[in-house]
Amino acid sequence: MKRYSAFAIAREALRDHTGWGRAWGNPEPRRRYDAIIVGAGGHGLATAYYLGRNHGIRNVAILEKGWLGGGNTGRNTTIIRSNYLQDPSAAIYEKARSLYETLSQELNYNIMYSPRGVMMLAQTEHEVRGYRRTAQANALQGVDTEFIGPERVKALCPIIRLEGPRYPVLGALWQPRAGTARHDAVAWGYARACSEMGMHVIQKCEVTGIRREGGRVAGVDTTRGPIDCDKLGIVVAGHSGRLAEMAGFRLPIESVALQALVSEPIKPAMDVVVMANTVHGYLSQSDKGEMVIGGGADGFNNYTQRGSFHHVEETVRALVETFPMLSRLKMLRWWGGIVDMTGDRSPIISKTPLEGCFINCGWGTGGFKAIPGSGWAMAETMAKGEPGPLAAAFSLDRFREGRFIDESVAAGVAH
Amino acid sequence: MLRLTCPYCGVAAEETELAPGGEAHLARVGPEGNDDAFHAYLFERENPRGVHFERWRHAMGCGKWFHAARCTVTLEVFGTYPAQTTEPPAHIRAAITAKRPGWAWRGLS
Ligand SMILES: Cc1cc2nc3c(=O)[nH]c(=O)nc-3n(C[C@H](O)[C@H](O)[C@H](O)COP(=O)(O)OP(=O)(O)OC[C@H]3O[C@@H](n4cnc5c(N)ncnc54)[C@H](O)[C@@H]3O)c2cc1C
Ligand SMILES: [Zn+2]
Repeated sequence: MKRYSAFAIAREALRDHTGWGRAWGNPEPRRRYDAIIVGAGGHGLATAYYLGRNHGIRNVAILEKGWLGGGNTGRNTTIIRSNYLQDPSAAIYEKARSLYETLSQELNYNIMYSPRGVMMLAQTEHEVRGYRRTAQANALQGVDTEFIGPERVKALCPIIRLEGPRYPVLGALWQPRAGTARHDAVAWGYARACSEMGMHVIQKCEVTGIRREGGRVAGVDTTRGPIDCDKLGIVVAGHSGRLAEMAGFRLPIESVALQALVSEPIKPAMDVVVMANTVHGYLSQSDKGEMVIGGGADGFNNYTQRGSFHHVEETVRALVETFPMLSRLKMLRWWGGIVDMTGDRSPIISKTPLEGCFINCGWGTGGFKAIPGSGWAMAETMAKGEPGPLAAAFSLDRFREGRFIDESVAAGVAH
Repeated sequence: MLRLTCPYCGVAAEETELAPGGEAHLARVGPEGNDDAFHAYLFERENPRGVHFERWRHAMGCGKWFHAARCTVTLEVFGTYPAQTTEPPAHIRAAITAKRPGWAWRGLS
């Protein structure tokens, strides 16, 4: 595979770009792999990548029923932050954020990580107290955040209206090193790097059954025939419940729709990400100039990748209050993804009751930011058969044992 | 937009008038239950891809809780029925069978 560089661009410019070649292979599935990952979203691809990079396990296939990155990874609003309250969350999200900082160099693929800063508005007294507490927790965790007053908020984001009629801006939790990245590029970059290591990224290959022998995993049935494996990693977000059923266990997960929309492109108007959790809205401006808008999840089980219109209406209504200039914008595209919500709204990276079978799911409305850290922790769990320090707290049995990771202040609905 | 007919007041209510209440017919675990049963009761939801039974509340209308049978893949509604029952009535099950022969949900079919 070609290395991408300024030199390569110059060379290709001189020969009409005829020499780039494919970024990743399109192989036929083999009969057997050491490890199979189900789901070529960011988390599945990152898991495969770190299996190879950190643990030398390279005879790996990543099976995807659609196209790579076509699930939530290609549908999200790309907010990356690590200002969580609880220690296990801060550890894994901060690991992910720090890996994101150098991921373009690591993968030799421009994922356009932009540490433009994320601001979480405090619009009620309760939120002010909550975020002050989070800032203290973050200081102890080594995550760089601070609580800022309304004047700083206005200076960082001039299009904001501080004295909203319902919810005035009282301050914000500010993480200067947080930001956004190009979502497709994260999937593509990892896929290219996996392919480069000799792994098979196999698209249009749906897993339809999980074969078991003597209480351990033996392989999978797919729409392209049966494939054997020693280890299986299930990383399918909203479809986790279906895969767990095939493997013979149940999950504390419900699948609901989460929606986002973008406006027509406009000139640069804001260079930070703003989240307003009280009113369920968040906003950033893409490099193309579109205002990227997201809101809260729907309240009922849904597999259609289509959400309810009234949620979008509520989100936009709330954002127009805080950003009056938005009222003049036309919205261009609107879509939904099926997110996997756990009982405590924190993710699962875990062994399962089926030996050799591991699961990574429950990232719900906020897992894009976690992709590198989650892949790192999942790969370690799969390679060693036991969770490492990053994954241990996120085990499946925490629900049975009441060891919840309660992020309701920091993550309840938002990203 | 989802529309459900409230079995109490008969209003064909739109989603904005309703509040979702999660999975229906969960059997409570009493003092005799063990950890596994309690865990299943609290967390292990059916989350099916297909036929599902749910609790809804006619929040902006008569205020009553009721049940709905719905498909999570097509958003088709098979019917609604009052809350005072521990399982879906025969006519609702027949309506589902007419449209989804062979359906199954937590031991019901
Ligand atoms: C509208 C929206 C906005 C969001 N905004 C943010 C945000 O700003 N910041 C943030 O951090 N997170 C955000 N998220 C959440 C984030 O997108 C997800 O947590 C994350 O992308 C999950 O990645 P994944 O790899 O686990 O899942 P996915 O990307 O969904 O990948 C799972 C893959 O598994 C495949 N699959 C399923 N079943 C099978 C099968 N049987 N066989 C083979 N393949 C199968 C699917 O086709 C899919 O490609 C948002 C989500 C949505 C929907
Ligand atoms: Zn009613």
